[in-house]
Amino acid sequence: MFDYSFHWRSAFKALPDMLGGAWVTFETAALSMIFGVLIALCLTLMRQTKNPLARGFGNAWVSVARNTPSLFQIYLLYFGLGSFGIHISSWAALLAGITFNNAGYLAENFRGGLKAVPETQMRAARSLGMSAFKTYQLVIIPQLLRIVFYPLTNQMVWAVLMTSLGVIVGLNNDLTGVTQGYNVKTFRTFEYFALAAVLYYLIAKAIVLVARLLGWRLFRY
Amino acid sequence: MLTTSITSTDLLFLLQGAWTTILLTLWAMLLGTAGGVICGLLRATLPRATLPLAWVLDAFRSVPLLIQFVLFNSLKSIAGLDWSAFSVACAVLGVYAAAYCTEIVRSGVLAVSPNVRRAGRSLGLNYWQDLRYIVMPMATRIAFPGWLNLTLSVMKDTALVMWIGIVELLRASQIIVTRIQEPLLVLCIAGLIYYFISLVVARLGNQLEKRWQEND
Repeated sequence: MFDYSFHWRSAFKALPDMLGGAWVTFETAALSMIFGVLIALCLTLMRQTKNPLARGFGNAWVSVARNTPSLFQIYLLYFGLGSFGIHISSWAALLAGITFNNAGYLAENFRGGLKAVPETQMRAARSLGMSAFKTYQLVIIPQLLRIVFYPLTNQMVWAVLMTSLGVIVGLNNDLTGVTQGYNVKTFRTFEYFALAAVLYYLIAKAIVLVARLLGWRLFRY
Repeated sequence: MLTTSITSTDLLFLLQGAWTTILLTLWAMLLGTAGGVICGLLRATLPRATLPLAWVLDAFRSVPLLIQFVLFNSLKSIAGLDWSAFSVACAVLGVYAAAYCTEIVRSGVLAVSPNVRRAGRSLGLNYWQDLRYIVMPMATRIAFPGWLNLTLSVMKDTALVMWIGIVELLRASQIIVTRIQEPLLVLCIAGLIYYFISLVVARLGNQLEKRWQEND
């Protein structure tokens, strides 16, 4: 049944390149999370306003981001924008696609988090003489952060996993892209991709570990 | 600008792709739910003994699905199995869904209050009857929204199977794009179909949830 000999040495020789790819993967995921959180905050605020236009925009973004595959979103940015004469690189398409996706999911998390902070706290803080901005800064946001911290970590892991889709639109310097590059040169598919899987696993675990340490440090009281 | 060369055959081709997507989702969820319920019950009842199982399933949640597809596909060739790409896709998606479903079932079972179970036992039910008539119905209701979310996310993840050569909705739209060179229109149609499927599944699920809540 098994007439296949594994060649792990060539895979290990590619390890430095793959680690470089892993760094690109992590960087892309981190960037998409930073932009995603900023956009998600805007979307959350937009969905809270009375203005129907802003509300509709926020709701449309969230529902499209949550109801279509992330690969489709990346495709639409990479191929679809060409119809308007805008040609972006595969990395930019990947980053924009993941950011779009992250922002949609995070906006929903933030909405849930805001709901979980009792409204009476806002009133109590205001009646103690704090300004609206101060109330948000000192009362609402710290509690919101505590509630959404775990979903935020989850989303970060998701973002790392989603960066592997870049290879489908032709990205060649992230972890999956580098692996695929070696794969087409040597046809040692299993060895290279097994190594990539281990690296992805380690990245995901490292993120969870750092988040747990950070959470332990931040939310001690 | 507003003229298009998309034909009704193309639309039919897209719908065929959508049917493949739905079939894949159904098979994956069938396998995933069966595996998830068994593993989830084991995890909830014997948390210590099944710790290795939890690690294995956690690995499936921490590795990108695309890599899992490629790995399993090449493993299939190495082992000399004569599986179609569709069965490979179903197997990988099924295990992936099972890994998530386990956590959903586990948290559902653990959410049933021990007092209710003790009450059941003291009324004379044995362990299995308690599991069957007390825990299962209550846990199902608690776990259902999570399961529905999982179904939707698996449906979206089926888009990745194009990498191992199955023509599903997104790949079908890609094939049409290469022919008629109108990416925006074709992709928007594909997106609308995905959106529609999600909407129908979510709507059906919500209705079921509401009907179950009447008895609470």
